[in-house]
Amino acid sequence: MTENSSTKTTTSRRGAIRTLAGAAAGAATMPLWARYTHAQSAEPIRIGFQVHRTGIGAAYGRWYDRTTQAAVELINEGGGINGRPVEIVAEDDGTDPKRGAEVVEKFANQHGCDIGFGTLFSHVVIGSAPRAGELKLPYFVVSEGHHVASGMLNRYTLQPGITDVKSQVQAMAPYVTRNLGKKVTMVFPDFAFGHDHRDFFTEAVKREGGEVLAHIAIPPAETSFTKYFPKIPRETEVLYHVMVGPAVLTFVKELGEFFGPQRPEMFGFIDSLEAVAMDSPGLEYLDGTYFWEGMPRHVQADQSDHDKFYREAVGVDNRGASVSDPTDISTYAHMFGCWETLHVVKEAMETAGYAGPGDRAALVEAVEAMTDMPHSRSHPQGAKVFNGKTHQVFGHQYISRVEDGRLVKVHTTSIEDTFYPDEVDYTKRAL
Amino acid sequence: MDFGPYILLASLEGAVTAAVLALTAVGLSLVFGVMRVVNIAHGEFFMLGAVIAWWVAQSMGGHPAVGFAAALVIAPLAVAAIAVAADMTILKRLDYDPERTIVATIGLLYIIQQVTLMTYGPDARPVEAPFDTRLAIPWIERGEGGWQLYWPWGLGTTSYKLAVIGAAVAVLIGVWLLMSRTRIGLVMRATQMDRDMALAFAIPVEKVYALVFGLGAGLAALGAVLIVPIQQAHYLMGADPLLLSFIVVIIGGLGSLPGTVLAAVFIGLSDGIISVFFSPTLAKILATLLVGMVLVFRPQGLFGSRTA
Repeated sequence: MTENSSTKTTTSRRGAIRTLAGAAAGAATMPLWARYTHAQSAEPIRIGFQVHRTGIGAAYGRWYDRTTQAAVELINEGGGINGRPVEIVAEDDGTDPKRGAEVVEKFANQHGCDIGFGTLFSHVVIGSAPRAGELKLPYFVVSEGHHVASGMLNRYTLQPGITDVKSQVQAMAPYVTRNLGKKVTMVFPDFAFGHDHRDFFTEAVKREGGEVLAHIAIPPAETSFTKYFPKIPRETEVLYHVMVGPAVLTFVKELGEFFGPQRPEMFGFIDSLEAVAMDSPGLEYLDGTYFWEGMPRHVQADQSDHDKFYREAVGVDNRGASVSDPTDISTYAHMFGCWETLHVVKEAMETAGYAGPGDRAALVEAVEAMTDMPHSRSHPQGAKVFNGKTHQVFGHQYISRVEDGRLVKVHTTSIEDTFYPDEVDYTKRAL
Repeated sequence: MDFGPYILLASLEGAVTAAVLALTAVGLSLVFGVMRVVNIAHGEFFMLGAVIAWWVAQSMGGHPAVGFAAALVIAPLAVAAIAVAADMTILKRLDYDPERTIVATIGLLYIIQQVTLMTYGPDARPVEAPFDTRLAIPWIERGEGGWQLYWPWGLGTTSYKLAVIGAAVAVLIGVWLLMSRTRIGLVMRATQMDRDMALAFAIPVEKVYALVFGLGAGLAALGAVLIVPIQQAHYLMGADPLLLSFIVVIIGGLGSLPGTVLAAVFIGLSDGIISVFFSPTLAKILATLLVGMVLVFRPQGLFGSRTA
């Protein structure tokens, strides 16, 4: 027993010497060490930005990038998050779902990012989110798709900065059926995002006593469109259109050529013309048609100070174009989502006392606990309400009418108009 | 839409596709016929044509017709020059070996595509058409008071689309005249028939090859300049024309110009009509099925000859 304890003492004495030696070695590298311990507070927060720099989402990617950079600059000027600067690690996913999953993996394993952020195209989100869930990487998408709130994804995927298609279309359907007509034909891109439009708008129109006469699905990589239009029934009162991809201008132009002087009422999602100038040749016929806008592209008479501030910070002029190049039109109706999401991340990280990847679960819980988001610099698009159970935010929607090539806001839906019963409770899933 | 106007509209749309496809496919067929080179980069020459057209139209300013006319001349010539340079620096060094040139042109495809992405960027950009008026097309129908002329809803085309069809026909006639009526055409045909014999008769085969490769790429570029006011210039736009050109060339018979043109018209029109009545996917399925059938039952193509 005594022997035993003496051996123990010897060992611990040796150990002590070893520790001393180690400490001496450590002292030699003291400046590095010191920097590291201090770094608990000064090491940047790394946000993996999954950006559609190439592929069919490139125009959105360019503007999501500019908005993100502007938001990060503002956050850093204000002292960063928890006193730590924010650093954006951007990776191009080529608007490709398979590449998207790889990018998410790189964020978690290679770049050591704290979170993933910024994905727009719904098929890329659906392809990438499962990997983020497996890696337990909080994944903040800016996509509009209903896939988050539908329960299809996982606890680590959140959409706190932009509303989803289901809420958008159900809030606007009454306006369409009451003011434009009850017999609707829908033209939409043939992938997840378009299918959300098809399913939820059709439902909403039925509830309003209207009827969708035909669904015309167009592959998102299509380049010529006239051949689809004869399927539009003659008795159509309202043509509902939403299109994405590099050929949107061709789409809208050919739609005008098809109808000639006899167009029905038209209600489009501004997606059909994001990054396209309203005064492009061939678009004159759009005067008097209606668009959904996530956020009005052209400055409105009742412009808020927050919109003014945000517009200036991102570098967008009164007509939604880049201040440095008036032919470079922004994706104004969507990109505010990046700005608002980053401000949500900041707020949640500060609430959770986020210090590093070990606190990722706490970050997710902190976002889930959020509810009201008032109209402010952090939320220039308008006030919002976040639903922690479905991981989806809800907000105002805007309908604009084209008047002399200008998008003039004619209707604003309430936030309540966009609510629907929860379809999932992510908070019950394991973290 | 009624059946009659509907099929007329589908045919018109198909005719525009066919016109551009014919130009592109004739270029591909010419290169294969004379040089025995399967040019995988052909679609990228098409894309380059569109991108250069945008660039020329953009820098000219003034009336859209001026920029477009300049693009119509400059873009095909510039692309042809690039192709000639590629031929002299790459294909010639490989002795036009059929297998190695396939790999080389695959490499060329990626180089052209990525350089375009790095310089021109990932956006789709429009070129304004020199003229673009919507033309409503009348239709006759037997009504209560006998035959009546009326303008069906949605039936129309644009003056520019008709001009594209016309221009393509004119260029194809030009190519045919070049091949059959001129000395340079004679030299090309001689090289196509028997390269060694042509060499023995002091035909500068390598120069002919460079010329043919340039001509083939130039035709693709010309097709792209014609289509770019309707669609838009984009760095990924080369994939579809490449696939369709191969389909057309295989059906028509590799190296056979009349076969290529007929197959282009057939594929273009059927693509338009099947897309309209059924689905665009079905149109592609049927076209590739036809290619399979042709390869099994008539490997030389519908108009090719076994010895060619």
